[in-house]
Amino acid sequence: MKNLVVVGNGMVGQRFVEAVRSRDTSGEWRITVLAEEGRPAYDRVRLSAFFDGVSPEELSLHTPDDEVDLRLGEPVVSLDRDRRVAVTGAGEYPYDALVLATGSYPFVPPIDGRDLSGVFVYRTLDDLEAIREFAKGRRTGAVIGGGLLGLEAANALRLLGLSTHVIEFAPRLMPVQVDEAGGAMLRRYVEDLDVKVHTGTATTAIRPRNDGEVHGLTLSNGEWIQADIVVVAAGVRPRDDVARAAGLAVGDRGGILVDGTCQTSDDQIFAIGECAAVDGLCYGLVAPGYAMAEVVADRLLGGQATFPGADLSTKLKLLGVDVASFGDAHGATEGCLDVTFTDPATRVYAKLVLSDDAQTLLGGVLVGDATAYPTLRASVGGPLPGPPLALLAPESEGGGTGAGIAALPGSAQVCSCNAVTKDQIIGAIHEGCTDVGAIKSCTRAGTSCGSCVPMLKQLLAVSGVQMSKALCEHFDHSRQELFEIIRVRGIRTFSQLVVEHGRGRGCDICKPAVASILAALGSGYILDGEQAALQDTNDHFLANIQKDGTYSVVPRIPGGEITPEKLIVIGEVARDFNLYTKITGGQRIDLFGARVEQLPQIWRRLVDAGFESGHAYGKALRTVKSCVGSTWCRYGVQDSVGLAVALELRYRGLRAPHKLKSAVSGCARECAEARSKDFGIIATDNGWNLYVGGNGGFRPRHADLFASDLSTEDLVRLIDRFLMFYIRTADRLQRTAAWIEAMEGGLDHLRAVIVDDSLGVCDELDAAMAQHVGAYEDEWRATIEDPERVRRFTSFVNAPDTPDPSITFEVERGQPVPALGERRPVALGLPTMGARQ
Amino acid sequence: MTDTLTQQWTMICPYNRLEPERGVAALVGGEQVAIFRTFDGSLYAIGNRDPIAGAFVMSRGIVGTRGDAPTVASPLHKQVYDLRTGECLDEPGVSVPVYNVRLRDDMIEISR
Repeated sequence: MKNLVVVGNGMVGQRFVEAVRSRDTSGEWRITVLAEEGRPAYDRVRLSAFFDGVSPEELSLHTPDDEVDLRLGEPVVSLDRDRRVAVTGAGEYPYDALVLATGSYPFVPPIDGRDLSGVFVYRTLDDLEAIREFAKGRRTGAVIGGGLLGLEAANALRLLGLSTHVIEFAPRLMPVQVDEAGGAMLRRYVEDLDVKVHTGTATTAIRPRNDGEVHGLTLSNGEWIQADIVVVAAGVRPRDDVARAAGLAVGDRGGILVDGTCQTSDDQIFAIGECAAVDGLCYGLVAPGYAMAEVVADRLLGGQATFPGADLSTKLKLLGVDVASFGDAHGATEGCLDVTFTDPATRVYAKLVLSDDAQTLLGGVLVGDATAYPTLRASVGGPLPGPPLALLAPESEGGGTGAGIAALPGSAQVCSCNAVTKDQIIGAIHEGCTDVGAIKSCTRAGTSCGSCVPMLKQLLAVSGVQMSKALCEHFDHSRQELFEIIRVRGIRTFSQLVVEHGRGRGCDICKPAVASILAALGSGYILDGEQAALQDTNDHFLANIQKDGTYSVVPRIPGGEITPEKLIVIGEVARDFNLYTKITGGQRIDLFGARVEQLPQIWRRLVDAGFESGHAYGKALRTVKSCVGSTWCRYGVQDSVGLAVALELRYRGLRAPHKLKSAVSGCARECAEARSKDFGIIATDNGWNLYVGGNGGFRPRHADLFASDLSTEDLVRLIDRFLMFYIRTADRLQRTAAWIEAMEGGLDHLRAVIVDDSLGVCDELDAAMAQHVGAYEDEWRATIEDPERVRRFTSFVNAPDTPDPSITFEVERGQPVPALGERRPVALGLPTMGARQ
Repeated sequence: MTDTLTQQWTMICPYNRLEPERGVAALVGGEQVAIFRTFDGSLYAIGNRDPIAGAFVMSRGIVGTRGDAPTVASPLHKQVYDLRTGECLDEPGVSVPVYNVRLRDDMIEISR
């Protein structure tokens, strides 16, 4: 066994040890880690979370490993390269290979007073604990340095209740990451938090009080700033002192010089992370450090990896502000062009740097809204993914401020079904349309598929029309308010609700909404008693109405998994009832052309064969699509079909404000397209990643990562709460994507509610889902087993044996389709040539 | 109300065959009629054909009110019709035929 000594146990050093341990299956290396700090590796990137109440234990990256000799609080003081030993205060450690992962130290400029009591740096958890202790009972603080770390430190002082100043030598905040205009926008955000910003000025001295503690700062512009505590965050320098003393080559601007394999000038010694200068360049980000750790681990075990270089793009949230920079953010490329966008109202600044022919994206800066960052960063070096302004203008969807729709040109079609443009709708609003209903009857926009109704609401909002939250003319309440009224007061019927809280007898808007709420609160069979009159025709006949008045039938096929026997039954039913069949996008089979009176007969056959309702007709869970997963697929890492089946059976029949779709992918290749679903699950080596708020359809949207590497149990608990919270709080016909976008605080708020239980409702949500799961029964079985319920499925009340004579079919590609008669459009195809006489 | 000689009534079904705030379809002399029972127990009859979509589906719409008017919404695209007059309240100029309906000995009857 050979000796591997690792100097330093920061993030990169820890990653390196883990990388070696996972690859060294034959036990080639005995590992000793010599660390300066008294605590094992922790997440320094999230260091400031300490001031949000995150404990040091929660930041820890340490996983106990008996095979690694971890010696904390024992820094290496020198290297004896001739004898190949690392020397600490406690002893000597021989090595066959040595890896330096010593990181950086905070740079403190040589100014008077730097050693006073009350002057701190911002690098380690110990530093932060000392700052917190010292700040007790004090009132003012100052941070020297307005970069990334300086702003984090300023936020920390602010959170500790101190009146805070930031002093930055450069003319703007975060000079490395953002340009002047971006810095100006950032400054407005920071000043809004009552942090005083002083740029373009240097600290000339830190002055003491009579008792020797810090009293304040003098600046080069002559100003005096009183401060009871000073944090120096003026950058970091690579920690190369031991290497230097041992005679290893170092870079011109510091850092241990290494080649593309991270080897130093001594071929037994490597350097990784912030202390390494790869071909002379130091990297202050963790991602390149991790890449270096992997390179050295690979090489020590016979591999040939090299450091691929690093992308210095960053996106972060500082004092609640999104800041991102990527590629050539400062426009250093010769002849490059800038496209900038500044909106003082929404406080968004964005800049794109383009090549001299304006064809290629080189880099950019985003402040205030970094949603475009992933797309833009991915496009660096290639053609622009769209017109520059469209890329930069912040887009708002689903009931937000409407900035997105405001950016649409007037000639853009808002309603594509009826070819209604934005100008026409704005015109109608100016002529007096004050609600969606009025716009519909005036312009026909939104009267067909209805997908553009949210945009109509946005247009009303941007036109200054005050939007009522009233569901319709019968209720002044929003859907969420009605849900709470019904739940808290235990109301069980629409009649009671409309008498006590509304007026009239309802309509096609409020009745299905109330039916859905009653169903979500566990009212049993959805067509019992008065509930039957509330349901839209699809729920009323438990099938999907089609343009000719016939219905389609979708049996549930959980996870898209089906036996040959069941497939044969579907085929036989379709053949015997002359139904058109089509495979759906949700891995099911849709059977079209059934008349109302045929539905119970069809379902008798399907139920006998073990099928149940697929709820394709309901605002309910539709399908949980899946790829074939680890059972068959050579790439699969988890059983995606098994999970999809379990989830579909758990949530089947769950009534919601809109339909719910889901999918499970068995590996990162994502064959099930889970990120286009309301809740999508993608397998990882360690469990499941949960994504929420995806949408196909009218406005496609990728789901956002909600939580990672979950156990199946934790995953199901989070989905339970996500769905129940959605059902409780969303608007009528609001999909999860729009719901999350409209939510104040967005995904972070959602996470707080259902992960951290910030509203204290998780127990209720869990109980509601348990009730749903326990009370589920198949609606179609319940229907055909009760002659009274079957009686609804009648063609004519006075001629039940006469089928609707208006329904006729013709044959297209071997299947029945609605006969169009005189309404048939011109047939597609090649023109035919008439024979000329 | 007195029956005139020209008015022919067709017996349809017992009153309790209709659920409150729901409709049924009936065949009356070869025409499809949608018959509704509103919450207060009143009966209305209109043509079963949705004049906009062209399908015979009106009896399957949601019954409610708009202002004082008893209404039904087409189940296909939700245009709302006044059950008393057959006028479409969302599309001026569009309407459905209206039929006379009465109750005799607990039986619903329709005349054209």
